[in-house]
Amino acid sequence: MNEIQTILGSTVRLSAPLAFGANGEYVAEKGGTLNISLEAMLLAGAFFSVLGASVTGSVVAGFVIGMLAGWAVSWVHANMSHRLTANTFVVGLTLNVLLLGLTNFLLEALEPNRHQAARIRVPLLVDIPVVGPPLFENRWPVYLLIPLIPLSWWLVNRTNWGLELRACGENPQAADVTGINVNKRRRQGLYYAGLTTGLGGAYLALGEVGLFNQNMTAGRGFLINAAIIFGGWRLGGAIGGCILFGGTDAMRLALPAIGYEVQPQILIALPYVLAIVAMSIFAFGGRPAALGKPFERGVK
Amino acid sequence: MNEPAPEFNSHRGADVSRMIVLYVAALSIALLLASTLIVLVTDASPLEVSEALYRGSFSSPSAIGFTIEQATPILIVALGSLIASRSGLFNIGPEGQFAVGTAAGGLVMFQMGGPPAVVLPLTLVAAGLGGAAWAGIAAFLKAVRGVDVVITTLLLNFVAIQVVSFCVNRYWLLQERTGGRIDPPQSPLVGESYRLPRLGSPTGFNVHTGFLLALVLAAAVWYAVSQTRWGFRLRMLGFNPLAARAAGVNLVVLGGGALVLSGAFAGLAGGVFFTATGFRVTSGVLNYGYEGLLVALISRGRVAAIVPIAIAFGALRSGGGYLGATGVPRYMVDIVQALIVLAALMPPVIADRMARARTMRVIRSAARVRESAPAVPS
Repeated sequence: MNEIQTILGSTVRLSAPLAFGANGEYVAEKGGTLNISLEAMLLAGAFFSVLGASVTGSVVAGFVIGMLAGWAVSWVHANMSHRLTANTFVVGLTLNVLLLGLTNFLLEALEPNRHQAARIRVPLLVDIPVVGPPLFENRWPVYLLIPLIPLSWWLVNRTNWGLELRACGENPQAADVTGINVNKRRRQGLYYAGLTTGLGGAYLALGEVGLFNQNMTAGRGFLINAAIIFGGWRLGGAIGGCILFGGTDAMRLALPAIGYEVQPQILIALPYVLAIVAMSIFAFGGRPAALGKPFERGVK
Repeated sequence: MNEPAPEFNSHRGADVSRMIVLYVAALSIALLLASTLIVLVTDASPLEVSEALYRGSFSSPSAIGFTIEQATPILIVALGSLIASRSGLFNIGPEGQFAVGTAAGGLVMFQMGGPPAVVLPLTLVAAGLGGAAWAGIAAFLKAVRGVDVVITTLLLNFVAIQVVSFCVNRYWLLQERTGGRIDPPQSPLVGESYRLPRLGSPTGFNVHTGFLLALVLAAAVWYAVSQTRWGFRLRMLGFNPLAARAAGVNLVVLGGGALVLSGAFAGLAGGVFFTATGFRVTSGVLNYGYEGLLVALISRGRVAAIVPIAIAFGALRSGGGYLGATGVPRYMVDIVQALIVLAALMPPVIADRMARARTMRVIRSAARVRESAPAVPS
């Protein structure tokens, strides 16, 4: 029983950063941006949230600063590839290198203090046997996901802005003809991804650990990309993918401790393989038709 | 004979100088940003940092040899990436293909007995084949299911790292038996006689023959993409797949072939690194693949530009080791490298934007002339 609770608890903690990022990446990809700088955004959110909390002394301020750091990364990315026409993948890869170097560099030069978000207990629900404590006694930022997920879905699927965004992802030429500023919508989608992924990074560092470690995101940004693909470009599917991948990670960490043998390499590779398989077999219809293709007026 | 339209040809000469100005400006901004960071955060000065980088990379014959050694895998990867990008495909997975190539080379090296003259070439061939096979997965899925190459090659990077990690954690594959209680996840060391031969004196200028191989490959790639029918078709495919198909190009064979070939280059780079520099297969991420890809992209498909840029990237690696003495964390090198790449992306994009604005002005002024002209009776 205790083991199940442990695994469930760490599933929540390991899925949450992915889920925050998946919200934003879902929006960005619906607009046609295949954003591979999530890793940079997570790192920025993680490091600058810890630094921000250390400077201001407030965890909430740390989270806000982490979000802004994620947004700053997305601002560079959006303006280089959706205002100017630099290749989005090159910009994304380079931003990952830049932020990994920058956070490592600043970590050695500045030494932020330890701060951590408080743990809260949701009354009544926490008393449910087995699943109560792991789900309802967590660091408070996890629960920001509860409003965030419906918000992202509503933005994309129920607002005018979302309709225009999806048009930019499906057929940018047609969207352009109807008077939508395609690259502006795409920039806005990326900004949203920067904000939520920065929040995810802040949760990872300031929420769970209270510290920033070198390269603490360890490729989680790409796991978010895999989750979006695995979920067939539907928000629910993407969040499901995040929970599955977080759960796999939790098992990999927990099972050896309770005496089961696992093949760690296979478990680590599993999410990526699942995403490739999902994309090759099903989950094909949801892919925005112009995903990853730059838009330039007059150039097809 | 008509005279050429002045608007479209008069700026030809100005273009080159404009590009040079743009490149100098962009790189200056990047270096200024890096310098600001150094001044704000550390006690060192940008001058000390550049001096240290120079000392580690170009100050002595042995430093130059070390720079070339670091640049070689990057150069080989970049040549492969150039082929893929000519065909319009974006192979974002050289890192994974490099890793699989290293492991495939390691399997031949350690599992196959024989004299060095047989094993060493076969190791390099196996490395190339390993990289080609890894890229082949993406090419296959593209051909059969139409799956985006960018996504598959990206995701396969992370699978590749685990494949290599799997190999170096299994005694029956690659892991070394040291006799200690816990063996580290790495292969045995390549024996002295099984390494790529080196040229020059051990204390002075000293490079391995892998660099010569890279230069030969550079010449071959230049010839193939710019002087042959294959290279012409590749470019046609990259510019306009529909026109290429109409002209009788088999898209699957040509495009898939370019992807597999670029994987083979990345795998070979892994083999060269393994037999000339690393001497072990490990599960660590070495970043030669990503750097090679970036070199190919900022050189904008020119072999003549790839070689010096790869050497510059090698110099950042070899010089980075000397930063410690200045008190600046060596991660500064990553920051400088990323800023340089971002800066190098800008000039063509800005020139493009300027050219568009110019065209729009020409069109607008032409429209004004028509409006002001008296209406032609119909």
